[in-house]
Amino acid sequence: MAKFETPLLDELEKGPWPSFVSDIKRQAKKKPVLEDLLGQVELSYKDKETHWKHGGIVGVFGYGGGVIGRYSDMPEKFPGVAHFHTMRVNQPSGLYYSTKYLEQILDIWERRGSGLTNMHGSTGDIVLLGTTTPQLEEVFWELTHNLNTDLGGSGSNLRTPSCCLGMSRCEWACFDTQAACHHMTNRYQDELHRPAFPYKFKFKFSGCPNDCVAAIARSDMAYIGTWRDDIRIDQAAVQGYVKGELKPNAGAHAGRDWGKFDIVKEVINLCPTKCMSWDGKELKINNKECVRCMHCINVMPRALRPGLDKGCSILFGAKAPILDGQRLATLVVPFIKMEPPYEEVHALIEKVFDWWMEHGKNRERLGELIQRLSLKEFLKAIEVKAIPQMVKEPRSNPYIFWEEKDVPGGWTRDLAAFRKKHPL
Amino acid sequence: MADIEELKKKIMEWAEKSTKPKFYFKDIGKAAPEVGLREIKKAVTALVQEQKLELWSSGSTSMYGVKGKGITEEAQMGKHEE
Ligand code: SF4
Ligand code: SF4
Repeated sequence: MAKFETPLLDELEKGPWPSFVSDIKRQAKKKPVLEDLLGQVELSYKDKETHWKHGGIVGVFGYGGGVIGRYSDMPEKFPGVAHFHTMRVNQPSGLYYSTKYLEQILDIWERRGSGLTNMHGSTGDIVLLGTTTPQLEEVFWELTHNLNTDLGGSGSNLRTPSCCLGMSRCEWACFDTQAACHHMTNRYQDELHRPAFPYKFKFKFSGCPNDCVAAIARSDMAYIGTWRDDIRIDQAAVQGYVKGELKPNAGAHAGRDWGKFDIVKEVINLCPTKCMSWDGKELKINNKECVRCMHCINVMPRALRPGLDKGCSILFGAKAPILDGQRLATLVVPFIKMEPPYEEVHALIEKVFDWWMEHGKNRERLGELIQRLSLKEFLKAIEVKAIPQMVKEPRSNPYIFWEEKDVPGGWTRDLAAFRKKHPL
Repeated sequence: MADIEELKKKIMEWAEKSTKPKFYFKDIGKAAPEVGLREIKKAVTALVQEQKLELWSSGSTSMYGVKGKGITEEAQMGKHEE
């Protein structure tokens, strides 16, 4: 018999999709404190306001992130969730687990927490939901000593870096995303665990422009794999697609009859820069005009492959807030080699951190700061030259202003002479 | 390179005088404007470890405060009224 009636939550169990309410009810049979969670969440729906207090002062010794304090504002009514903290755990690169590891982590959380997890949070962390203050150090000790696993980032920190599964399974990866993600996680431990930034900062690594971790939309610094030579073409395989011997998109859209594959309609005409041509026998690509959108490669993976001179593009300034103000990242470094020891990348990262820490207002993300102070100022600070590709819409919104020293011969302004020629 | 003990003292003096119970990291820079934020961070980290300063976080952002000033851990658990 449930401790509280939950008519509003019960609505969320209807329909074909999985329901967090059903999950909590199932777990409440093992962990009666979760009856209080159901009761409090039901009341929040009824009152149309949260009954969690805002934030908290909890953590593990030496760390300023990874634990998010959650306290009920009605502890007498819902004592089971009087404190119900969240722990963010740094996920392995590419989200690979052994069964043994998963069993161990769930065992810790059944013993020391509510048993509820969120696999994975939007930053990528393993999110362990609901424990009490005395358990925090215990969980941390077990994670670090028995599982060789660290807490992730929260608050005004570098957040847990995340990556696509990259070279472990995907032939399109242009750099080893898992290695880069792991490396940067280790190198920037201080930034991850000790808050000193104006706000959150996210690194995301995608091995190619398909951008499976949505780095371009969700990270302050997005690393997206690319190449700078030519797309590799296997003309015999192109014929295979044209003749219907190979399935387009590797059969990914086979659930419906799309008719016979039409290379002109489905590939050539959909190339965003119209840099491909097909004369019935040979596929040609004007690689200079290719923007590496991946469309043709996605459709004909047996025939087309990324080039061999690989690295990544770096974009800055995205954020994906829940309510409004979404912003996509801006391309700043078109190509950089992404290989150990990553020294060039470190130098860039550290210039960005310094500039943002110095100029960013409290709670101002990097993208907002760039918008406030201009891309030009940002480029100056990180010592990157402006290039035409950074200009989204030439002439309509120019944000690069030349200074006299940038122009050979400079200029002198003689307003009187100008007005004489162009009277008002 | 600032003397860290000196810097810690300046930060605590500033923090104790502050009318706000919690402050952003950047604001702590005002305690010693002549010093870079990286130096400030070292001193602040040491002060947190010595449990003179403490951290408050909403999950998305973080603030520092003098331990025991403003909202306390006990008050959060509903044991005391502020
Ligand atoms: S982003 Fe590219 S490399 Fe990474 S998994 Fe997706 S398709 Fe593969
Ligand atoms: S990757 Fe995109 S831009 Fe490049 S050739 Fe293929 S379709 Fe065109």
